[in-house]
Amino acid sequence: MLLKIEKRAEYSKSMVYLTPIIALVLTVLTSIVLFESLGVNPIEALYQFFIAPLDTQYEFSELFVKATPLILCAIGLSVGFRANVWNIGAEGQLTMGAIVGSSLFIYFPETDSVFLLPAMIIMGALGGAAWAAIPAFFKTRFNANEILTSLMLVYVALLLLSLLIHGPWRDPAGFNFPESQTFSESADMPILISGTRMHFGTLLALFAVFGAWIMMARTLIGFQIKVIGEAPRAGGYAGFSQKKIIWFTLLFAGALSGIAGLSEVSGPIDQVVPSISPGYGFTAIIVAFLGRLHPVGIFFAGLLMALTYLGGETAQINLGLPVAVTGVFQGMVLFFLLACDVLVHYRFRLNIARKATS
Amino acid sequence: MSGFDWIVPVILTVITAATPLVFAGIGELVTEKSGVLNLGVEGMMLVGAVSGFITALVTGNYFLAVCAAAFAGAVMAFLFGVLTLSLMANQVATGLALTLFGVGLSALMGQEFVGEPISALNKLNIAGLSDLPFIGPILFAQDALVYLSFAMVAIVSWFLYKTKAGLVLRAVGDSHDAAHSIGYPVIAIRYLAVMFGGAMSGIGGAYLSLAYTPMWAENMTAGRGWIALALIVFATWKPGLVLVGAYMFGGITILQLHAQAAGLNVPSQVLSMLPYLATIIVLVLISKDESRIRKHAPACIGKIFHPAA
Repeated sequence: MLLKIEKRAEYSKSMVYLTPIIALVLTVLTSIVLFESLGVNPIEALYQFFIAPLDTQYEFSELFVKATPLILCAIGLSVGFRANVWNIGAEGQLTMGAIVGSSLFIYFPETDSVFLLPAMIIMGALGGAAWAAIPAFFKTRFNANEILTSLMLVYVALLLLSLLIHGPWRDPAGFNFPESQTFSESADMPILISGTRMHFGTLLALFAVFGAWIMMARTLIGFQIKVIGEAPRAGGYAGFSQKKIIWFTLLFAGALSGIAGLSEVSGPIDQVVPSISPGYGFTAIIVAFLGRLHPVGIFFAGLLMALTYLGGETAQINLGLPVAVTGVFQGMVLFFLLACDVLVHYRFRLNIARKATS
Repeated sequence: MSGFDWIVPVILTVITAATPLVFAGIGELVTEKSGVLNLGVEGMMLVGAVSGFITALVTGNYFLAVCAAAFAGAVMAFLFGVLTLSLMANQVATGLALTLFGVGLSALMGQEFVGEPISALNKLNIAGLSDLPFIGPILFAQDALVYLSFAMVAIVSWFLYKTKAGLVLRAVGDSHDAAHSIGYPVIAIRYLAVMFGGAMSGIGGAYLSLAYTPMWAENMTAGRGWIALALIVFATWKPGLVLVGAYMFGGITILQLHAQAAGLNVPSQVLSMLPYLATIIVLVLISKDESRIRKHAPACIGKIFHPAA
């Protein structure tokens, strides 16, 4: 081989920051080819994807509306990924958070109390955490792979939502549509900037970013998570409990995803519908990696992925591009990122010496 | 006999529900035996499903459709190989990426074809035998892919345990450093194993869009790729048990469909949960015995190989 991959003595810090940017550039270059093959002018398409959605203040605020659930879920997932706990069921935890959180309003719709929304948020967090507790229990007690159990529970949660919304939760005055009644004012997320849909959930997401940052950088549990993830044996010798970390990271991710779900139903959606999320829980996996599993990185990655959702919608309306382009785009970003990550720990060398001797 | 008329149709539908799982499971088994964990089965199945469907719709040639599906799955798997084998990316993360990418890509490829009907893959008609009562329709009147799925299980079983190449593949999966030092091309062998897995997943996906429900719908695999991954744990990495497991899950899927059709007084959503819940329960029961898993799982699974020299 002409190129040789050599392990670096120490990982490259600059590459940690550079690879997401390289990955994005490669994604944009590849999507130019993709747009060309779909018969769309690539410049026009890229404009619709990345610039047009930010034209007005309203659209700019929409960026935060879409980024909120992504950031919440991704912060939770990233903490688990740091510890090699592969929870990929954020979508299910989000759904359960929405169900459990909104159950308060559904069963007590007349409640007119300032405590209703806070209680719903707490219930949402508990619902998501309870759903994540199932893989945690099976993993710690029975050694069952959390990747598969958490993913299976996504389907179960979505079916449960469908069951409720086609049955007991259907709005009696809703012409038989599978929708709950719309939330009352005291169950709604307060709007941050009037005239937009930007809501209190965005503040919760920011709070999660800072909270997770402090937790990972300054607390014992954060340290334990990092040690267990990078050197499980060392963690064992230090007396850190792997089981405790599995429980903690799953419950943490479940709670944040649950809050994300609740803030969707009592924020932009304003009622319980059969489809709460266009796959935020899965896209959050990409957000977590693109943000280098770091809270601040995740914040920016969340905004970027939110932009691809908005861009996908704009491109669909203005250019007739299929919505699925967004998914391809998001998948490509992660692909290129993982490919570029080789540069963090390895370097490429031209294999000249061997050529000379042969 | 008339009281048992339902048995034959039920068995027939169980076979169609199980076949995609057999393909995806047996392919991923070979991949994992070589020491690679590819979580992208769901994505490869979807891309296989849509490629097979489009080929069948355009050419009308089902043989070509199956080949296209296998090819598409193998290409997806090749991408996975480039990342994890050549560029040494984390296998779990890359597998997830492959699934996310496959979901998007298949939706994009198939968006003009949603809802277009095609005729289901032909059932073979083996002269004389297909008309036998009871066993005729079950054993001698399946489509070619069903027979192929059984053949693949037998071939993989034979290959892994009765051939030298199979032994080498297992050695690579159990100790890549040892295999490398004896001089086996670890990376090349893993590429082949991964691409075989992709091709099988592709065919498994195509079975859904060509035979099970002859049409294309976004995300039509509905988690079967993940169930196939769970099957391998259930089967403790043994080909024969993958077959048994696939038919068990096929049985559960069909049971719930029939229960829904029979108007059982249980909400359809609860019944639809059954395959997923069963997967979780089976995983828990099998994984409980940690030493058994450790004994059968390829020792190098998920580990990155980078030759020191």
